Amino acid sequence: MRRTTGPEIERLIQVLAKLPGLGPRSARRAALHLIKNREKLLVPLTTAMEDARDKVTICSDCGNVDTSDPCTLCRDPRRDRSIICVVEEVGDLWALERAGAWNGLYHVLGGTLSAVEGIRPEDLSIARLVERAGHEGVKEVVLAVNATVEGQTTAHYIIDRLKDLNVATSKLAHGVPVGGELDYLDEGTLTQAMRARRPF
Amino acid sequence: MEWKDEGIILAVKRHGESSAIAEILTATRGRSLGLVRGGRSRQMRPVLQPGNIVLATWRARLEEHLGNFAIEPMELKAGLLIGEAMRLAALTTLTAEAQLLPEREPHPRIYEAMRVILDALPDADTWPPLLVRWELGLLDELGFGLDLARCAATGTSEDLAYVSPRTGRAVSRDAGRAYHDRLLVLPQFLKGIQAGAPGPSDVIDGLKLTGFFLDRHVFGPRGVPAPESRHWIVSHLATR
Repeated sequence: MRRTTGPEIERLIQVLAKLPGLGPRSARRAALHLIKNREKLLVPLTTAMEDARDKVTICSDCGNVDTSDPCTLCRDPRRDRSIICVVEEVGDLWALERAGAWNGLYHVLGGTLSAVEGIRPEDLSIARLVERAGHEGVKEVVLAVNATVEGQTTAHYIIDRLKDLNVATSKLAHGVPVGGELDYLDEGTLTQAMRARRPF
Repeated sequence: MEWKDEGIILAVKRHGESSAIAEILTATRGRSLGLVRGGRSRQMRPVLQPGNIVLATWRARLEEHLGNFAIEPMELKAGLLIGEAMRLAALTTLTAEAQLLPEREPHPRIYEAMRVILDALPDADTWPPLLVRWELGLLDELGFGLDLARCAATGTSEDLAYVSPRTGRAVSRDAGRAYHDRLLVLPQFLKGIQAGAPGPSDVIDGLKLTGFFLDRHVFGPRGVPAPESRHWIVSHLATR
C-alpha cells in the first residue's frame, strides 16, 4: 500500500486506534486534530500522559488507581472506615463516586471468577479483601458486583470466604432502573424486583 | 448458510466494544458459536447470560465461518437463579461442562436433560441427583460411558455396589468386598432401585464417581481443572 504520511504519524494513528471507542478512521481524524492543534492539544496531552505514566500507581490497600499509595480515597479521614464496598473494576468505583452514593472504603477485585476465561480466586484480589475485612473496626462488606452470572458467582464465593469473620455482608438490590419501563424489562429483573418489593 | 434453532447460552466472550461471541448449546446442532453484533448493548446483556434459553438464527457465507447470531429471548432463567448460591453453582457447573462437547455435533439428549435440570434448579432436592445423571450422560456422549448394568467380575446385575476406577464397570458387593477401599461407590439411585429421594451423601458419592471419570478422560487430557463451582456443590452437600 502506498504510504501517505511519515511513520511517526502512522504510528500515532495506530496507537490511537487501539483506544476504546476509536477505530482506524476515527483515530486518523483524532491524530489530524492533534497535529493541527499542536500547542493547544498535542503538547498538553503528551505532558499529561507522561505524568500519568510516571505517577499513576495502584493502591496497595484497595486496588484503585491514583498517583499516591494509599490512594486519595483510602487516605480521606472523612470516609467511614468500618464499611467496604467491593467492586469488580476501577470503572465501577468511579461510577459509584460519580453518584455520590458511598462514603465508605472500596475494594477493587480486578475482575470476576470465570470458568470460561480461566480466572480463579487467586487471580483476583480476594485474599487481600479477606485480610482487610478481618481488621478491627470493619463492620460490613457490601458486594457491588455486576448482576451477571459471573459477577454473582464471585459474590457468593466472597460471602463464603467471609463467613468466619465477624462482619456483616450485603449486596446491591436488583430491580427496576430509574426511567425503566416494565414492558421492556427481562423476566429475571422483574422477578427480582417483585421479590424485593417494599411497603409504600 | 442459515439455520434457526433453540438453545441454551453457555458462555459469552466480549468481542470489541459492542459485540460478543456467544457459545450456545442448540437442540439439534450441538454446541455452536457465533458473533452477536450489539451483544454488549444494554438490551442484549440480560439475554446473553449463561443458562438463558434463546432462539438463535445463525448466518454465514460459508459453513466453516464463525458466522453471526441473531438472538431472540425465549426463557430468561439466569436472572431467576443468580440470587441463590447453590443454584448458581449448578448453573455454572452445567454450562462449563457442556462446553466440553465438541463443536457443531448434535447432542439432543444432553440438551434435553440440561433443560430439565434448568427447570428443576429452584428445587434444592431435585437438581443434585439430576446433575449426577447428566454428568453420566455427558461421559457417555463423549465416548467414556460407564457400564453400570452388570458386575464386571461375576456378570450379575444384583446388588451392584461399586464401580471399578480402572474399567468404569460396576462391581457387585460380594465381588468388591476385598477391594472396597480401592473402588468407587455406586449410589443406589443410579441403579433406579432406591425408594425415595437420594440423600446428600448419595449425591456426593455420585459426584465423586462422575468427577473421577471426568477428571481422567476429559479435564485431565485437556489440561483444565473441573469447575470450581462443582467443588462448592460437593462442600455444600457435605454440610447438609
